[in-house]
Amino acid sequence: MLSGESFGAEGETIGEVVFNTAMTGYQEILTDPSYKGQIVCMTYPLIGNYGVNTSDIESKKLRAEGFIVKEKSKIVSNWRANKPLGDYLRENNVVAIEGLDTRALTRRLRDKGSMKGIISTTDFNAKTLKAKLDKAPSIIGVDLVKEVTCARTYEWEEDPGMRRLAGVKKQKFSIVAIDCGIKYSILRNLKELVERVYVVPAKTPLSEILKLKPDGILFSNGPGDPEAVTCTIDTAKELIAKLRSKELKTAVMGVCLGHQILGLAFGGRAKKLKFGHHGGNHPVKDLENGRIDITSQNHNFVIPPETIPDKELIETHVNLYDRTPEGARHKKLPVMSVQFHPESGPGPFDARYIFGEFIKLIK
Amino acid sequence: MPKRTDLEKILIIGSGPIIISQACEFDYSGAQACKALKEEGYKVVLLNSNPATIMTDPELADATYIEPITVEVLEKIIEKEKPQACLPTLGGQTALNVAYDAAQKGIFKKYNVELIGANEEAIAKAEDRELFKEAMSKAGIDLPRSRTIYSEKEGQAAIDFVGLPCVLRPAFTLGGTGGGIAYNIEEYWEILKRGIDLSLIHEVLIEEYLSGWKEYELEVMRDKKDNVVIICSIENFDPMGVHTGDSITVAPIQTLTDVEYQKMRIDAIKAIRAIGVETGGSNVQFAVNPNDGRMVIIEMNPRVSRSSALASKATGFPIAKIAAKLAVGYTLDEVPNDITKETPASFEPAIDYCVVKIPRFTFEKFPQADPTLTTSMKSVGEVMAIGRTFKEALLKGLRALEIGKTGLNSLIEGEADKNYAAAAKEKVRQYLALPTDKRIFYIADAFRLGFSIEEINELSHIDKWFLSNIKEIIDLERAIQNKKLTKANLLKTKEFGFSDKYLAQMFAQDEKKIREMRQRDNVSPVYKLVDTCAAEFEAYTPYYYSTYEKECEVRASSKKKVMILGGGPNRIGQGIEFDYCCVHAAFSLREEGIEVVMVNCNPETVSTDYDTSDKLYFEPITLEDVLNINKKEKPYGIILQFGGQTPLNLALGLEREGLNVLGTKAKYIDIAEDRDKFRTMLNKCGLKQAESGIAHNLDEAKEIVKRLGYPVMVRPSYVLGGRAMEIIYDSQTLEGFLKEALLSSMNQTILIDKFLDDAIEVDADIIGDGETFVIGGILEHIEEAGIHSGDSAMCLPAFSLPEKIIERIREASYILAKELHLMGLMNIQFAVKDSQIYILEVNPRASRTIPFISKAIGVPLAKLAAKIMMGKKLKEIGFTKEVIPPYKCVKESVFPFNRFLGVDTMLGPEMRSTGEVMGIDKDFGSAYLKSQIAASQFLPKEGNVFISVKDKDKTKIVPIAKQLKAAGFNILATEGTGKALQAKSIDAKILPRLSEGRPNVLDYIKNKNMHLIINTPAGRIPKQDEVAIRSTAALYGVAVITTIAGAIASSKAINVLRKDTIVVKSIQDYHKLISK
Repeated sequence: MLSGESFGAEGETIGEVVFNTAMTGYQEILTDPSYKGQIVCMTYPLIGNYGVNTSDIESKKLRAEGFIVKEKSKIVSNWRANKPLGDYLRENNVVAIEGLDTRALTRRLRDKGSMKGIISTTDFNAKTLKAKLDKAPSIIGVDLVKEVTCARTYEWEEDPGMRRLAGVKKQKFSIVAIDCGIKYSILRNLKELVERVYVVPAKTPLSEILKLKPDGILFSNGPGDPEAVTCTIDTAKELIAKLRSKELKTAVMGVCLGHQILGLAFGGRAKKLKFGHHGGNHPVKDLENGRIDITSQNHNFVIPPETIPDKELIETHVNLYDRTPEGARHKKLPVMSVQFHPESGPGPFDARYIFGEFIKLIK
Repeated sequence: MPKRTDLEKILIIGSGPIIISQACEFDYSGAQACKALKEEGYKVVLLNSNPATIMTDPELADATYIEPITVEVLEKIIEKEKPQACLPTLGGQTALNVAYDAAQKGIFKKYNVELIGANEEAIAKAEDRELFKEAMSKAGIDLPRSRTIYSEKEGQAAIDFVGLPCVLRPAFTLGGTGGGIAYNIEEYWEILKRGIDLSLIHEVLIEEYLSGWKEYELEVMRDKKDNVVIICSIENFDPMGVHTGDSITVAPIQTLTDVEYQKMRIDAIKAIRAIGVETGGSNVQFAVNPNDGRMVIIEMNPRVSRSSALASKATGFPIAKIAAKLAVGYTLDEVPNDITKETPASFEPAIDYCVVKIPRFTFEKFPQADPTLTTSMKSVGEVMAIGRTFKEALLKGLRALEIGKTGLNSLIEGEADKNYAAAAKEKVRQYLALPTDKRIFYIADAFRLGFSIEEINELSHIDKWFLSNIKEIIDLERAIQNKKLTKANLLKTKEFGFSDKYLAQMFAQDEKKIREMRQRDNVSPVYKLVDTCAAEFEAYTPYYYSTYEKECEVRASSKKKVMILGGGPNRIGQGIEFDYCCVHAAFSLREEGIEVVMVNCNPETVSTDYDTSDKLYFEPITLEDVLNINKKEKPYGIILQFGGQTPLNLALGLEREGLNVLGTKAKYIDIAEDRDKFRTMLNKCGLKQAESGIAHNLDEAKEIVKRLGYPVMVRPSYVLGGRAMEIIYDSQTLEGFLKEALLSSMNQTILIDKFLDDAIEVDADIIGDGETFVIGGILEHIEEAGIHSGDSAMCLPAFSLPEKIIERIREASYILAKELHLMGLMNIQFAVKDSQIYILEVNPRASRTIPFISKAIGVPLAKLAAKIMMGKKLKEIGFTKEVIPPYKCVKESVFPFNRFLGVDTMLGPEMRSTGEVMGIDKDFGSAYLKSQIAASQFLPKEGNVFISVKDKDKTKIVPIAKQLKAAGFNILATEGTGKALQAKSIDAKILPRLSEGRPNVLDYIKNKNMHLIINTPAGRIPKQDEVAIRSTAALYGVAVITTIAGAIASSKAINVLRKDTIVVKSIQDYHKLISK
């Protein structure tokens, strides 16, 4: 049991504890739906310095189950800030704790793997806390997507978080993003490149999606175990079948959980990483041209390429840290996907060009 | 892409002497580069004039040229060595400039040498303001708005474009004067008119005023395949307007959101591509408007820099080493990260701590200099501190500075009570707005006086986040003041970074008492690893910092180990020479299979490179911090002898705590440093000292001076670099100086010597194992006694003293070494006057001259000394006979006068040089000439020489003037000197005093019609004219000689210059000439 001071909401929270090594971007991390079910420990010790603002959000809500930092800033210093981090957490009912030896915690997670954790501002008894923790379900086999996906289809409009690239001309395409917990940054990136971007709930049947006449379909990022997202995997399978039969020519892209869903749809198996990848500094190499991008990462599962039958997919990217797969494309079909987060938010902009590659797949 | 196989031999250019803005960081980067390239199997040729560097150790390169860094020398080396490539990006601005000039002259093309790292075009683009602006605009990067104009007519268009407020900078004016900031249009026209007038080329730069903007820096690396990574981001504590080198800086960036940081990151990447730095490291500086976030690029260095050394130490990513590997064709993913072993260098370090760098200033050495911090760098060194919070790192850094501060000590103590509060507030207000080295302390005082964060921010423009953290420190201090120090409070203060000593002061207790309290309450630090990855992967390099948290990561081994204390921040009097010795000690002990634990806090150094020692503790060198490490590591012994005075000052305290201080025993150190005991010992040995007395107060001092007669030299014991050491000619000055001297001496003991006028000084360095003693070198000073030995030029072997005097010096050295049971190194200073030998002082430690001597004689003395401390005998090692090289080696000092305008360049007993160079050649004249060129003292071949000497020197100057005349110089002189020369029938033109007529000597200097100045000052208080002449000459780069001895040596050198061209020879070849 580690003790510290509460700086968020009062109460108790349980989740899988993961550490994130990004030194900036806590607001994006908190609002990233992929963190559903997880308590995030920031390895950078000084958090909250620049407060929070209205545009650096990745979804409407705070999604992380809890937040752990070494030291929360006493003040806010940034011209865009409209609120201190503590207020933001309290208003959004996120339990947060500061004053821990976060490095010791990180080292434990690294050595023992991600584990369940509980933060409480009410119960300080190790025994009862342990009991509550033991009762809590693991995230393996749990479909967390249904908790973060949107309720109904909508069209994405430009928002204050939009960050334009100079000299990009919008294509007259429509893209449908299947929302498994999509980050706004993906939508912002797409919107920069094409005229129409629709977002549909994760369980939307393919027939409904096709009614929007998409030129491209994107399987988004999202939280948890990919194998549990059966409904969306089925959608992907159906889509792949239609591509194979040439009934459809729609370009398909997967990001993170979306990448895993596509991998599973092609017959692969998911594997859980020991402590996952969460941060903004992982080098990913493009195996086709040798280019290295520093990428934003947030995943606990991977689809090992060897689990995919028929060698239909070509491995396109590899993580240079641990040689885990980071991207694939289909030999014949217009399907590509990446395990990392090309949209950044937070993280380097290096890989944003990947969305351009996706648009190129649309013919 | 594997390494290139078309290259065999690569020439690396070093950065030359330590100067302000170019310190040991380039030895760190250069040494890494040499090692990295040799590791890859390349032959390395090195040019560097600085002997006090690790990179010029003979084993680091295949051919090491300790020669002046000039285009001429570079060409000769290229002609001789025929390298295929030259790497100019690791030797600071010096290397970049000389490479650029050589490229412009077509030298690389002529010999078919490829510039790797950055080529001519990239250097030009980064260095030339206009080309830089053009490249950045093309890349779509925002710049400060600016216009360069040449007449008033262009003024309206310029201000319409730039807008108000703006800065006007006239080009080429004396000391950058004539510029200013215009807040309104009236001021603008006024400054513009004046500026156009004052600029010799009528050029004025009108620039958007960014003062108060936030300043940032990114360290960027690129490889041949265009992969680019950011190694470290840095946020400056001081806003724009203060040179980054003079600013407190913090890593990583603290107050930018991810989006803002990522935009900066992408712009930095665009910048390195646009400038075309092919491979290696660069730093890119940005300014951000705190009100609206507008971000502009300020500058970029297409080479590794001081910041890259800092970034390397701050993250654990060895930028220079990787840069060298990238330069020969590797890509980032092909180079492994040493720290994690498993992961490649193609990543961006994630850190889980806060790093604070604080500059170290030496304004006390230059009382006439303006201590206001500006865009021109003035600091001479820096410390880096690592903590888990900014507060902890800041307080650690402040105590590491060794400026007598134990934390955020108050500067207005006593003034803060009711009666003085208003005055104190006013003073603090002024200092908040004025950037100086003391501002950080005034900020703390401002909080003590009740200023708000907003008020302080308005006055200083320092970001509120930093201010808020300082406020937390002061709030805690006030909360616990006047209360009992409970365990909870003690822990809290330690977590905040408070030192034991500061707490001791707060609670009016002994430091030891606080330490005991901590021990009792079990409040002790843990050590965490610097691992490049925020613990995501396992780290293999044991690079530690302390913090007060739960988990300790130290893996203490049971091997026999020794702790070496480094020298702390560079300052005048204690610099790279001492780091060199520490590094040698580490290398040497590791050779012996002993585990080495290094402790230091200077990020510029080789000693803080993680692979220099087995373990590195990046910590302040204070009793508290060293004892804490000792508790974890429990070394067999500790070496204090190599880090200069800093560790030596801890000797008694550490011994008292039971540490085994290796080398010469503390009791003998005490004899050497205590004047009474020292005199007794000399008497016993039959050695002479200048007549002297010891004073503990002013009255005693007056009494002694009455006995000795003026002039006298006053020197406190336990000082370094001649602090508060002075030659005194009258009683009024005596009083003033003693006050200061008594302040700077720890045990309040002042030695007053009869000053030996016109004596020749000699330094002897000696090594001993308690049984055998061998002279390392006997160095004859070129300037006469009275000039600090750190400032004087010296020659090894002696160039003018008769052999029988040298023999007596040798004998005396052996007697002293035996008497002090020398175990390791010792330095003795002698004065020779009228064939008598006087002992000036004995330093029982490695001296500043050890690296120079080691290079001269080809024997690594510091390495041998370290082995001796572990029990080896000189006989076993095989060094039993003094080496007298069959060539001359001259050491010359380098001064920072061009940074401190208006400061007199006259040499004296207070050390003011920042660095040294070495000139080696067959005879004294040639070696001296090389040393002068290397020190940028460019002696002329012909032209006008101005001579003005004091009465005493009027006879001595005659033969020199004759020689110069014979060499074809025109002699100009002041009335007195002129008449003296004319009386000896030397034709001399008499120039009027500055106030009495024109053209005077200043006009000659400014018209570039004066080529050499010989000016020996009359007394301690220089005449106004003299200061103006010397400082103007320094500004215009005219060689100035202020001693007769220097003039004699220079005239010899001028004769060589007129006859011969420079011959270059590697140190390895010189060493072959030594008969073994």
